[in-house]
Amino acid sequence: MSTTTIAKGITSGLRAAMEKDPKVVLMGEDIGKLGGVFRVTEGLQKDFGEDRVIDTPLAEAGIMGTAIGMALRGYRPVVEIQFDGFVYPAFDHIVSQVAKLHARSLGYVKMPLVIRIPFGGGIGAVEHHSESNETYFAHTAGLRVVACSNPHDAHWMIQQAIESDDPVVFYEPKRRYWDKGEVGDGPDGALGSARVLREGTDLTLLAYGPMVKTCLQAAQAAQEEGRSLEVVDLRSLSPLDEGAILASARKTGRVVVVHEASTFLGIGAEISAMVTERAFYELEAPVLRVGGYNVPYPPSRLEEEFLPDLDRVLDAVDRSLAY
Amino acid sequence: MSDNEVAPLETAFGVDHHVTTAEAPERPAHEGGPEMVQLLSPEGERVPNAELDALVDELSDEALRGLYRDLVLVRRFDAEATALQRQGELGLWASLLGQEAAQVGSGRAMRRQDYAFPTYREHGVAWTRGVDPVNLLGMFRGVNHGGWDPNEKNFHLYTIIIGAQTLHATGYAMGVQRDGDVGTGDERRDTAVIAYFGDGATSQGDVSEALVFAGVNNSPVVFFCQNNQWAISEPNEKQTRAPLWHRARGFGFPGIRVDGNDVLAVWAVTKQALDAARSGQGPTFVEAFTYRMGAHTTSDDPTKYRVSAEVEVWKHRDPIERYKRWLTTTGKGDADFFDAVDAEADELGTSVRERCLAMPDPQPSEMFDHVYATEHPVTAREKEWFAGYHASFEEEGAR
Repeated sequence: MSTTTIAKGITSGLRAAMEKDPKVVLMGEDIGKLGGVFRVTEGLQKDFGEDRVIDTPLAEAGIMGTAIGMALRGYRPVVEIQFDGFVYPAFDHIVSQVAKLHARSLGYVKMPLVIRIPFGGGIGAVEHHSESNETYFAHTAGLRVVACSNPHDAHWMIQQAIESDDPVVFYEPKRRYWDKGEVGDGPDGALGSARVLREGTDLTLLAYGPMVKTCLQAAQAAQEEGRSLEVVDLRSLSPLDEGAILASARKTGRVVVVHEASTFLGIGAEISAMVTERAFYELEAPVLRVGGYNVPYPPSRLEEEFLPDLDRVLDAVDRSLAY
Repeated sequence: MSDNEVAPLETAFGVDHHVTTAEAPERPAHEGGPEMVQLLSPEGERVPNAELDALVDELSDEALRGLYRDLVLVRRFDAEATALQRQGELGLWASLLGQEAAQVGSGRAMRRQDYAFPTYREHGVAWTRGVDPVNLLGMFRGVNHGGWDPNEKNFHLYTIIIGAQTLHATGYAMGVQRDGDVGTGDERRDTAVIAYFGDGATSQGDVSEALVFAGVNNSPVVFFCQNNQWAISEPNEKQTRAPLWHRARGFGFPGIRVDGNDVLAVWAVTKQALDAARSGQGPTFVEAFTYRMGAHTTSDDPTKYRVSAEVEVWKHRDPIERYKRWLTTTGKGDADFFDAVDAEADELGTSVRERCLAMPDPQPSEMFDHVYATEHPVTAREKEWFAGYHASFEEEGAR
């Protein structure tokens, strides 16, 4: 057990994976000497060399396309996309190639690569640096999509993602990078599983990535008003841990899903549909969603209005409990 | 008014963009020009080449006849596939007619351990790699999206997204470098990668990025561009202002234009490029100057956008005819040999047809297979539901 940050939890997870498997290579912009713009790969090039921690040309399609080739040669590339909004040039390779090669080859070819994306807002950044684009990838068959919310999961989930024989899009909550927490001795369940972070009986809050902390704060605030909220960290968006989600929904009868991404066709929409289809008679209220609006991510002076916060989560809790 | 307003520069300095713009290409698009490497003229006469003659002289008569056999069989296979499409047995076919020499010549320059990344028209390259041609029909018949094991013959799946495979090839070559399989001097170990693409693909950002990555990494990859003059309906001049092989220079490695309808020249030029890659000298850009004699695919109608006179010019440059003439005049091939190859080609056509028709449709539930390497709960649940849904009809029918 040790205390570290989310960023450093990923660093130590990458280091462990690289020590264990010489085929693990890191690829990305500025990840070598600089250690990445968030310093997540700090020190790794010094220790593993330029052949394994590759400072690539500034071209996301090129990074992803060459990572595919490296994977075809038997490597396990971990690609860093510098910011969420920079992934789009690589989008074609991710959805047209990475996601499909296993099926196209009838299983002969595996694509065991990891695409790390720092995501979400709240850091006062300029345009294209604060997006939550996970739905695009979760909507693509062939990909797995996960998001960590704490140092323990950061450390262990990145290793599980690297060990996966399927491609994994690994979302990192950039505004929580420097939040501290304990790292335990092993992962909490398989990649793909959710985790109940706080038990409750009145209502279930479902969240992932940066919104987990917000939901834990909301549950604490609600407790002071005598309400018992359960908080589930989804951790995986594709697959969703349907068993854990349904179990909690059936237990409390009320569900609020929280994410930074726009609610329109977001992860919450899928969860709402899934819970309604499969636990309809156990619900006391419709599944509610709290998320971003159907607008481009706003200038940073407005981002606090865009991002779900404690009050908006509690407002949804009140609305759900009013049914 | 702000105090940093700038006076128009062209007024101040007399700049006229139109005057400084480079001149248009100096030669017609369909002439390879004097820099094009050619060892066999369209008439089948051997063109001496100080650099390449020694390479070609090393080829045994048997190997030379083998190239002819490849050309004829590949063309016959292609014709059979086109016929199968016309008869409704394939949904689509992308014919390689006219490009046989570019594909056979480059394919035969590879060693066993080399790796090819094709487009969807590389039937001739597939042949030289030993891929069963019937495998190529699967995606056009609609029974799969590829379906062969790329690592069996070191021939990647066909890639339909234009230019994407050039990056995959470059990444593969970066892996080869990390495996230490470059420049060891061991003929069975040193490995080169070859990326196939067309003139249209050179407009894609992916191709430029591949050239960047290969250049800065000095990767063992040959960029083999079949310039067949047409990207569906768009001629070269809609894709490029400069000759394509010139592009390599800007990325820091050599480029060369070869007569793509001359199997000997293609073989020799590609062999040199692959040898250089294997020995650690990095990438080469080869522009094989050729022509798409047929339509882009069976869904295309080239009479809408190109004139028959142009096609006639290229008929005169046919890759098989010129090679046959040369084999005949040099006595390396006789009538018996040519007849035997024709007979073999007919047998190939028959067998391809039979095996195409025998290709089973996939079971409906197979669409759920191989989506993930390890089970994905949603896909697994849907597969189960799908099976139950189908079973419910069978039960209904039984009642």
